[in-house]
Amino acid sequence: MIKFGFAIKTPRSENMDSVSLERFNKLQERVPSFKRCFQCGCCSATCSARQFTDFSIRRIHTSFRRGDYEGLDEALKKCMLCGKCTLVCPRGVNLRSLIINMRQILDEKE
Amino acid sequence: MKKVAIIGAGPAGIEAASILARNGVEVTLFEKSETPLKNLQDKAFLFPNFQNAQEIVDDLSGKLLTDGITSAFGIDIADVKWQGTEWKLVDSKEQTYVADAVLLATGYQVFDAHRKEELGYGIYKGVITSLDMEQMIKHGKILNANGDEPKRITFLQCVGSRDEKSGNHYCSKICCVTAVKQAIEVRKHLPKCEASVFYMDLRMWGQGFEEMYRTAQERYGVSFVRGRISEAAATFDGRVQLKSEDTLMGLPLKMTTDLLVLMVGMEASCGTKALGKSCDISGDYGFIRTVNPHLYDNETGKPGLFAAGTCKRPMSVSDSINDARSAANAIKDYLDTIRIEN
Repeated sequence: MIKFGFAIKTPRSENMDSVSLERFNKLQERVPSFKRCFQCGCCSATCSARQFTDFSIRRIHTSFRRGDYEGLDEALKKCMLCGKCTLVCPRGVNLRSLIINMRQILDEKE
Repeated sequence: MKKVAIIGAGPAGIEAASILARNGVEVTLFEKSETPLKNLQDKAFLFPNFQNAQEIVDDLSGKLLTDGITSAFGIDIADVKWQGTEWKLVDSKEQTYVADAVLLATGYQVFDAHRKEELGYGIYKGVITSLDMEQMIKHGKILNANGDEPKRITFLQCVGSRDEKSGNHYCSKICCVTAVKQAIEVRKHLPKCEASVFYMDLRMWGQGFEEMYRTAQERYGVSFVRGRISEAAATFDGRVQLKSEDTLMGLPLKMTTDLLVLMVGMEASCGTKALGKSCDISGDYGFIRTVNPHLYDNETGKPGLFAAGTCKRPMSVSDSINDARSAANAIKDYLDTIRIEN
């Protein structure tokens, strides 16, 4: 039989009705300063890892915010915890603590 | 005594009337509705200090009692004409009045959300405007279309503003902070209800506004999503499903919400458009055009014809009141330059 390649694809869209924000809420409790993030991107702009790899800390924490945790544990390994992001954040988000806590929460059982 | 006619009994009209009257001017305050301050009375609390709008209404209503103000409510001024030495005002019943100077304080009207059909206002019960939400907050009862307590309320910015399709390229200025204010009110009333704001830019231009935005995030857990909702649809259970692009993630986003609140912008009112046209001072989008936005922002270029408040452009209540004070000053200066015949 000839295969035409038809398939049902999972939509790429973020479905805010089916995601679980439990981990995100946990993160906000542990790092309250994260609530203040207004998505300026200073954290990833200054990041040394960002300059040479596709590691984007802004994208990672925004993904966390939307309840999409897929692949984040691997991605977060690229961070060297140098702390430049914490230094430049205009809203005083403790990014270093945020990163460590994201790693821990992703390790914990849901 | 010199006579000034003020058209429109909103915050700007009343403030200017009371200042002029206290300075010995005979003021007639025309208002087409039977009651003054119609728009302000729809408000619950005012940003950024959450002051009860009723306090402002009471204060301004008190000023209406100033000696020298004649309230002419229920009179719709259809035309104003310069007669060489004075202004003649004609109402919709062809009655005429005369004045040495005229202040237009004819205000705004909100954008009619039906015009953005894709957002479903007037089609789905769960889609409401910021005015409807303000009413719910005012009466302390926020309910979804089924009459139940909502679990998620979503605000959409720039409805009828910054929108080529509705012909309004301008920013209405007050909606950003109003959504933040209403989202905070929602979270205060219903701590279990999620509140999200879809925005393209958040324009926190006034003193205390940015702090409000920060408080909304930090203390009230309001979530902000960058992206414009492209369409809304109804679900079986009377809720609203919406589609947007999460422009920060570069991914499409779907969500169901109990209420979709459309932050409707400000447009020139019918009265503003009509009088602006007949006096040849109609500017962009039907708002009144002034001589110079920096130096002569209450003068219209016609002798003795002035404008104040939201008939010029979108403004907050406090800006309207301040603008009225500057208009009263400009009118006083003008009255000093003209001779009185009687």
